[in-house]
Amino acid sequence: MLAIKIIQRCKHVCVIGSGPGGLYAAQHLIKHGSMKVDVYERLPVPFGLVRYGVAPDHPEVKNVVNSFNKVLSHPNVRFRGNVTIGEDVNLNQLMEAYDAVLLSYGSSEDRKLNIPGEEFVTSARQFVGWYNGLPENSNLQFDLSNSETAFIVGQGNVALDVARILLSPIDKLAKTDIASHALETLSKSRIKRVSVIGRRGPLQVSFTIKELRELIGICPTQFREDDFYGINVDELPRPKKRLVELMINTSKIPLAIHDKYWTLEFLRSPLQITKDNNLKVKFALNQLQNEKVVPVGEEIRNCDIVFRSVGYQGKILFPELPWDERSSIIPNVEGKVSEGIYVTGWLKTGPRGVILNTMSDAFAVAGQILKDLESPSSSKPGLDLNLKKRITSYEDYMKIIEYEKSNGKVTSVQKMLEIIQ
Amino acid sequence: TAPVVKADVEMVKVTFVRGDGSKVETKGKIGDSLLDVVVNNDIDLDGFGACEGTLACSTCHLVFKKEDFDNIEEKLTDEELDMLDLAYGLCDTSRLGCQVCLTKKLDGVEVVVPAGINDARI
Ligand SMILES: Cc1cc2nc3c(=O)[nH]c(=O)nc-3n(C[C@H](O)[C@H](O)[C@H](O)COP(=O)(O)OP(=O)(O)OC[C@H]3O[C@@H](n4cnc5c(N)ncnc54)[C@H](O)[C@@H]3O)c2cc1C
Ligand code: FES
Repeated sequence: MLAIKIIQRCKHVCVIGSGPGGLYAAQHLIKHGSMKVDVYERLPVPFGLVRYGVAPDHPEVKNVVNSFNKVLSHPNVRFRGNVTIGEDVNLNQLMEAYDAVLLSYGSSEDRKLNIPGEEFVTSARQFVGWYNGLPENSNLQFDLSNSETAFIVGQGNVALDVARILLSPIDKLAKTDIASHALETLSKSRIKRVSVIGRRGPLQVSFTIKELRELIGICPTQFREDDFYGINVDELPRPKKRLVELMINTSKIPLAIHDKYWTLEFLRSPLQITKDNNLKVKFALNQLQNEKVVPVGEEIRNCDIVFRSVGYQGKILFPELPWDERSSIIPNVEGKVSEGIYVTGWLKTGPRGVILNTMSDAFAVAGQILKDLESPSSSKPGLDLNLKKRITSYEDYMKIIEYEKSNGKVTSVQKMLEIIQ
Repeated sequence: TAPVVKADVEMVKVTFVRGDGSKVETKGKIGDSLLDVVVNNDIDLDGFGACEGTLACSTCHLVFKKEDFDNIEEKLTDEELDMLDLAYGLCDTSRLGCQVCLTKKLDGVEVVVPAGINDARI
């Protein structure tokens, strides 16, 4: 048995997408099996939402790249950046060349509100991409110098990230790796009031307590005590209990006049947005009846900018594969989509959860791949792509990072390719 | 790193019990955090310590025996509790390994590294 294993050739696995899902899976594959792993990435640089989603003022979270760097510099791993799977290479080519194809290209679209006036809405996902210097979002313009009141629709961590970036002192942001165009725009921002608005109640928020505590610490709040009336925290499981307690305790802080503040608002769904001097948002006022949202009234509110932060969404890259529109995932059984095709990360779990969740999922799916590839059938050769455009390597990425150390984050693909020429 | 007798005096015994029941026995320096112990001794725990001890990930979650838990010098802060709330298999005696430092009292401590993987299926 052992002898067979030793003479057996490496299996080739390809990973599509170099975010936490793909890279934790790659880490597991090379550690626990004799695998060669090619990691394909649409951008010239790796790490997905760790580079382009995680907020610039959370550098601790980005420490995960240290272990990703070890994965990408491992002799059995090749990083192949600037390759868009589905455009530059198709699934069939990959299936012919690799023993297993792991889809981990994440969720790169956003869910819409689907209401009249959607064109006046700013996408939180694009705003996040913009302040993080994501090339496709770097040329966007946000008018913050004429805005005082911002509504953020949605009560997840992305909503709190956006609120925090809008409300943080500019000198604090200046110390981060925030994109320079964003720092300039934010330094002229006149945003004073931010409302983070949910369609359901305080028990249904999906942000986590760390992010809530942080924002409470950064900017004065105006939570309304009434919103929490009748909640019995002692009946809640520990994580929710602590979260709701923090909201309730914050709502009891006496209100003072503040130049800037933020608040949470509940039980409101936007129905329509119109524009004259500013934006007018018509909200349905909801009640929760047996966990169901029932509209019971309406109100019209003025603001200057509305962010939509109601979730990310995956997109269909391969029409030949199944797709679950409602959950925004590729249907699978413990990560297996069909013979030789696997899925992990947000594309498997749906666009939610922190890196820890993505990591556990990636380890589990990689374990499944290892199990399936155990039997010593012949192994496939891998793929040596030849494209008209430059494919970037891990060494190229290192050069770009080196350049960024003294010049700040590079925000265009063209510039990245120039640096490594 | 020099294995002199004097250094040995400041060492205490630590046992990590993996999710699958396998045990790793090792020694750690007094004053080191349990994350340091894992890193310095190359203890093979997948994904452990992702944020490198900056209280931003909860991958260093460990479950203690009650008596050891009570002997931990560092108080549980709100910030540590906030991160713990995201951990898989949270218990009353859970702590983050990067926030717990070894003392004489903790000599022989045995900690369980919860298996997150099985719980991750959604
Ligand atoms: C705004 C925001 C902030 C967050 N902050 C935190 C935080 O502070 N802490 C935390 O723990 N978690 C945070 N998360 C969650 C974390 O980012 C996710 O859990 C994780 O990134 C999901 O990993 P993934 O690999 O599935 O997807 P992604 O990270 O999105 O990676 C997918 C990769 O695939 C690439 N790709 C896409 N299409 C193609 C294609 N056609 N061909 C090749 N490559 C392709 C993408 O460019 C990307 O690099 C945050 C998420 C968001 C959206
Ligand atoms: S290592 Fe991340 S919280 Fe301890």
